Amino acid sequence: MQIKPILAAMRHHRAGTVLIALQIALTLAIVCNALFIIQQRMARVSRPSGVDESNLFVIQNFWADQSSPQRIDAQMRADLLALRELGSVQDVAPANSFPMRGSGWDNFIKTTPDQIRSTLDSAIYFTDDHTLATLGVSLIEGRNFTSSEVGSQTPPDPMLASEVIISKALAQTMFPQGSALGKTIYVSGGNRPSTVIGVTDTLQAHTVANWMNEYAYNAVLVPARLLTDRTFYLVRSRPGQLAAAMRDAPKALFAQSRMRIINRKDGVMSFAQVRKAAYGRDVGMAILMGIVSLVLLAITAAGIVGLTSFWVGQRRKQIGIRRALGATRHDILSYFLTENLLIGITGVAIGAVLALGINLWMVTQFEMARLSLAYVAIGVIALLLLGQGAVLAPAVRASNVPPVEATRSV
Amino acid sequence: MFGYYLELGLRSLRRNPLLTALMVMAIGFGVAASMITWSVFRAVSGNPIPQKSSQLFTALIDSRGPNNNNHGEPPQALNYTDATALVRAHKAVHQTLFYNVSLSVLPGGSDSLPFTADGYATNADFFSMFDAPFQYGSAWSASDDDRHAAVAVISHELNEQLFGGADSVGREVTLGMHTYRVVGVTAHWDPKPRFYDLFDGNEFGEPVQMYVPFTRAMDLQIDTAGNNNCGSLMDYGNGRDAWLHGECVWIPVWVELPTAADVERYRDFLTAYADEQQRAGRFHWAPNVRLRDVSNWLDFEHVVPAESRISLMVSLGFFAICLVNTIGLLLAKFMRRAPEIGVRRALGAPRRQIYGQFLIEAGTVGLAGGLLGLLLTAVGMLGVGLLFESDIARLAHLDLSLMATTLLVAIFATVLAAFYPAWRAAQVQPAWQLKSN
Repeated sequence: MQIKPILAAMRHHRAGTVLIALQIALTLAIVCNALFIIQQRMARVSRPSGVDESNLFVIQNFWADQSSPQRIDAQMRADLLALRELGSVQDVAPANSFPMRGSGWDNFIKTTPDQIRSTLDSAIYFTDDHTLATLGVSLIEGRNFTSSEVGSQTPPDPMLASEVIISKALAQTMFPQGSALGKTIYVSGGNRPSTVIGVTDTLQAHTVANWMNEYAYNAVLVPARLLTDRTFYLVRSRPGQLAAAMRDAPKALFAQSRMRIINRKDGVMSFAQVRKAAYGRDVGMAILMGIVSLVLLAITAAGIVGLTSFWVGQRRKQIGIRRALGATRHDILSYFLTENLLIGITGVAIGAVLALGINLWMVTQFEMARLSLAYVAIGVIALLLLGQGAVLAPAVRASNVPPVEATRSV
Repeated sequence: MFGYYLELGLRSLRRNPLLTALMVMAIGFGVAASMITWSVFRAVSGNPIPQKSSQLFTALIDSRGPNNNNHGEPPQALNYTDATALVRAHKAVHQTLFYNVSLSVLPGGSDSLPFTADGYATNADFFSMFDAPFQYGSAWSASDDDRHAAVAVISHELNEQLFGGADSVGREVTLGMHTYRVVGVTAHWDPKPRFYDLFDGNEFGEPVQMYVPFTRAMDLQIDTAGNNNCGSLMDYGNGRDAWLHGECVWIPVWVELPTAADVERYRDFLTAYADEQQRAGRFHWAPNVRLRDVSNWLDFEHVVPAESRISLMVSLGFFAICLVNTIGLLLAKFMRRAPEIGVRRALGAPRRQIYGQFLIEAGTVGLAGGLLGLLLTAVGMLGVGLLFESDIARLAHLDLSLMATTLLVAIFATVLAAFYPAWRAAQVQPAWQLKSN
């Protein structure tokens, strides 16, 4: 392929060449970063919660009568019994919060009582002996709470946590060398020791917010019912009976006592809904970036088709002359493909630098990760292919220009 | 000539429909993407109280010290001790403190179910400081605060729900099993972002439904329904009193300081307060206090979601690419008509006329793109609701000003993009064009 004549011809339509190269460069820069954002967000969304989400739902129950902690505790026990009796329900546990809820209780965890700087954060889940079975989380070490270990407390009081179960991630962070079982940790912020009696498999913390990223799988299970104006009941339905259980459970609670409020809007939520709410922004962002990338690629392709068609129209006579002088159709076709490839390579070269530049800027602004070069490589190949694909139709039309065109209207 | 060129422009839209369609689509998509993301950005980054934002300050005191504070910054609200001390000191023109409460409401009538209402336990200054508008009645008075009175201000919406929108001043409401006398009903009031309560993460939350006196709520031991941040200082002892006098922060405090001198004086007062706490042995560190006004506080708390800023920038980049695309296509469209330009020039049209003709033609393309953009913006607004949480999506809406902006931006950008192609068109040599035909 002779590149020299192509370069010489480009000089005659410099503006169009520059515009196409610029467009390819900008498109590459944006699409690379958009794809990277999509990948980052989807990686977040696909993180496991560790719980049996498909059979799990949660009831948010407000006590309407501001009753005393003692009465709340009695009513909670009665509620739990009533819910466990339902045919569609496998198990039930009280909760102050749960994975992906968005808010809850987190404490700094220490290995020595006199540690001054707080370095390790963890979700605190108030639980009972049914919590693990309800969530569908298994123990990888140690034992569950017994029903006699489960107490109750009001929020301002010191935490009842002489025995705790901790999540795998927290155990590994605190005791990288060996088992956490039987070790003493400090979870209440003060110097009251807690003994680790069990370690769970993967269990996510209560929030997926960025500030918790470093501690996303840290959880401490405390054997107590937390007595506040609002109580959550985590309910695991029997397999396949989620809808029935979600219908039956609030009825059973109201049959117990009517002095409670279960909001119509978010009073009963399946874990599918909980997940959707937790990751709504991430999914929205990924879809938006996907739409932008697709439309952008389409517009760039359309632009290339438009300008190349114009060039072909402009050069019909020259093409005719070349054909008359013995150039084959294939020569004409490859002329336009090569021309586009040359412009494309210039464009992607500038675009790759631009993509990395934009990413570096976003790293400083939005705490994003560094763009991996694989994305730039994929983007480069995609845009070069897109260019070749877009130019194909006008190039084929050019190759169909008959040699006789050379003799017309001279 | 303008009318004639406009007609020519409209006619030329039909001449190469493919090129025209490409341009109109590029401009339409570009302007729509920018307008949708801009309307969300405008909503989340707006100044919720422009008339007073530089006079309202949140007061922060480092009650935790260098080992436990947040990289040198004081906690983002105050504990009970400091909050009540600042309000009692009364060193600003107005000062308020508040915390989140969530109370059950028992509507009248036997078969209506109780529901929860969210609001604040606060003081009388709250309403005048934040310019709360009233539909009926007014705020309670400072003496109501002092008397720990059982009074309440309810929102327009709650008033609709409980009293059918009638003037309910003087009537009673039951909140959390206690009765309060309604003294005021706010008009619909929902500043976004809710600048005063960033501490609880309520910046884009549902509108507030009711307000009760802080002093009364403390008597009734109503727990906070908002954030309670104890940092790493959890070990305050047993019971509610120990918690109240511990170092957990849960009460935002705001002060109104109209002049720079007031601000300086208040800063000195805060420093002196912290100094006094140090001398009394409560703080073991030098005074570390902050006064942040509304915009400073919104910035510091990163209220504008990163998602909104990123999508706005991506959309603007997208629009830029669409314009580059349009420049290329306009160039193709105009240069295709070189012979026609040659004839006009030969017949005596000056370059200025050629400029005019093609810029107006570009304007018509821009108008068509803008109309498509308007349609896509309207569709996109519905889509925003599907993509993002309703609390933020609700803020984006298509109003007249946005519609006008969409059209103007589309036309202006297209005409801007047409400058180079029009210049090239005006450079066409008449002789050359006439010769070759």
